[in-house]
Amino acid sequence: MYKILFADKLAANIYRMVVEAPRVAAHCQPGQFIIAKTDEEGERIPLTICDYDREKGTITIVFQPVGASTTEMAKLTTGDAFEDFVGPLGNPSDLIDEPIEELKKKHIVFIAGGVGTAPVYPQVKWLHEHGVEADVIIGAKNKDLVILEDEFKQVCNLYITTDDGSYQRKGMVTVCLQDLIEKEGKKYDHCVAIGPMIMMKFVCKMTKEYNIPTIVSMNPVMVDGTGMCGACRLIVGDEVKFACVDGPEFDGHKVDFDQAMQRSRMYKSEESRALLKEQEGDTHHGGCGNCGGDK
Amino acid sequence: MGDVLKKVPVREQEPKVRATNFEEVCYGYNKEEAMEEATRCIHCKNAKCIEGCPVSINIPEFIAGVKEGDFKKAYEVISESSALPAVCGRVCPQETQCEGRCIRGIKGEPVSIGKLERFTADWARENGITPAAPASTNGHKIAVIGAGPSGLTCAGDLARLGYEVTIFEALHKAGGVLSYGIPEFRLPKSKVVDKEIENVKGLGVKIETNVVIGKSITIDQLMDEEGYEAVFIGSGAGLPMFMNIPGESALGVFSANEYLTRNNLMKAYLDEYDTPIHHGKKVAVIGGGNVAMDAARTALRLGAEVHIVYRRSEAELPARAEEVHHAKEEGIIFDLLCNPTEILVDEETGWVKGMRCIRMELGEPDASGRRRPVEIPGSEFELDVDTVIMSLGTSPNPLISSTTIGLDVNRKKCIIANEENGQTSKAGVYAGGDAVTGAATVILAMGAGKAAAKGIDEFIKSKNA
Repeated sequence: MYKILFADKLAANIYRMVVEAPRVAAHCQPGQFIIAKTDEEGERIPLTICDYDREKGTITIVFQPVGASTTEMAKLTTGDAFEDFVGPLGNPSDLIDEPIEELKKKHIVFIAGGVGTAPVYPQVKWLHEHGVEADVIIGAKNKDLVILEDEFKQVCNLYITTDDGSYQRKGMVTVCLQDLIEKEGKKYDHCVAIGPMIMMKFVCKMTKEYNIPTIVSMNPVMVDGTGMCGACRLIVGDEVKFACVDGPEFDGHKVDFDQAMQRSRMYKSEESRALLKEQEGDTHHGGCGNCGGDK
Repeated sequence: MGDVLKKVPVREQEPKVRATNFEEVCYGYNKEEAMEEATRCIHCKNAKCIEGCPVSINIPEFIAGVKEGDFKKAYEVISESSALPAVCGRVCPQETQCEGRCIRGIKGEPVSIGKLERFTADWARENGITPAAPASTNGHKIAVIGAGPSGLTCAGDLARLGYEVTIFEALHKAGGVLSYGIPEFRLPKSKVVDKEIENVKGLGVKIETNVVIGKSITIDQLMDEEGYEAVFIGSGAGLPMFMNIPGESALGVFSANEYLTRNNLMKAYLDEYDTPIHHGKKVAVIGGGNVAMDAARTALRLGAEVHIVYRRSEAELPARAEEVHHAKEEGIIFDLLCNPTEILVDEETGWVKGMRCIRMELGEPDASGRRRPVEIPGSEFELDVDTVIMSLGTSPNPLISSTTIGLDVNRKKCIIANEENGQTSKAGVYAGGDAVTGAATVILAMGAGKAAAKGIDEFIKSKNA
């Protein structure tokens, strides 16, 4: 069992947990992910690592409930435990392999959207600890959904933008990026974008125009996370890649986002069925025409 | 008494009934049937069947136990050689191994060794008889990577010799292909697989799940930092192959690995489990091996019309005859001498809407000795399917070989290991099973695990001599 040492809610529907997982914490690096499973019936849920503490042997994860298993996960609290927690999986971010002196010369911008803000944190923190200061743009729907602001402030130059303008800047992250470049004299030669697929798609469209190399972190449907099932395959350039072993980070200018978005909807009807069952429990006996419960 | 030239028939679930459930197909022998079948063994002095068994079970002796009604003795004889008899009795290709060598088989049907092994193991389990644990340990720590057939066998044998063995398993559940690959209707999980794994643990073997060697920790770290004196790699052949034809990334195209893992390991066929599986209406399974049969029969049970699409003819199907027979009985449609050329995709939804295939004929034999399938020009046609499952085989995962210093692999990324004792290019590191041979069978992996256990024992003894 993997004990939850601390759990809190970062926003209305965003949860943070610090989990005891010494084997993962001993060797993980920014950019890698874990797979968590609540109990026997739960699904294996891949989550990018949000923070780690090698000495305490802990991993921090941040997630948003979307299906039955993540809804179940959200019910866990301090003192509870995950039945399974495996990692680190995937490859570390390329940044950590670059010579520090080279990194210091670079102007790096991170673009974080929604719950994708969390996996940006360990990379920015790592850079900060190695004396590299980066710019970070956090985008959220509104003020209440901005997460980890205080943590980020400690380790980077932070820009926050909200879709409705309820906090700091107004508009999408792309508007903020454009303003920083066009109006505020910023020059970037490296971009890392992590967030909803649609956000990464539009960021990549823009950075391509500006000719800024851009890395994205993909989080497709996955089962084992070790290369075994191939569910996470993506088209990158002209090649088929497995996000779990070839990624999760890829050259954003080469990723086929439309195809990836389509694939991420593969299990939508099956998932909503499971979620409905989860929410309605024994009171759900079909009749909705969707769940197959009346078969 | 029946015809002595024929096996005592084994009872099975009616094909029409079993096509709609995940209960085991074969019921196995009862006591009377087993004892009657056991009388067919003529106890050859120079028993060929033992030579045919990759783990060299003393077959005539265990069958003698069954004949006498001393099932406990029969179980003890098998347990000397095999840690997973209830599994092997169900999934071994006996027709090409023990039963293939049986003298009875020359004039009639061979003795039903597999079904007798299964009966013996099932009887032991139902009567609470487990293999005896070793009296004490010798203090030497051995790490085994992968809790599949080769790893469990290697660990069991080493534990019996007194070693302190820990198995590291990447998934959340032990069993390897026995848990994620082979379906419930062929190999029951909680009833059979979990119990045999418990037996291995009963020998003193520890199993640590959720450890991905090469990621969570490396082999070098296990040896240098955690004090393991030797390591056995039984990590299997996990990476699925695809055909590289257009449309393969469409929604509704799965590897057999994904499809079976969702169903078997994650139990997607049961309502109370969260993991989803796609319920296709018309499913094509590409390939002709045991895994293809498993995927096809799973899709059938989930309510689909299922086609096996295979480029050679029935004679070349790599699957066991029994699996093909069962699949046909259940209503799987075999589209033989037929190869997919393109998966047709609905542009709007991204889902599979059909598959273009071409008819094949058999030409001259190729390197494998089988006649090479050749396309018949102009014979293209469309198969009306909404789901495609690729079951073309698997290759070893480079996770371990790429993170272990001094571990040599061949062109196919298979770990190079000595067949006799499992020794790899790295001192103290042994390997066996699919990680060495590429995708093969449960029992061959077990044989390799056994050989490596012997190799490791000799290595430790020579080191400490």
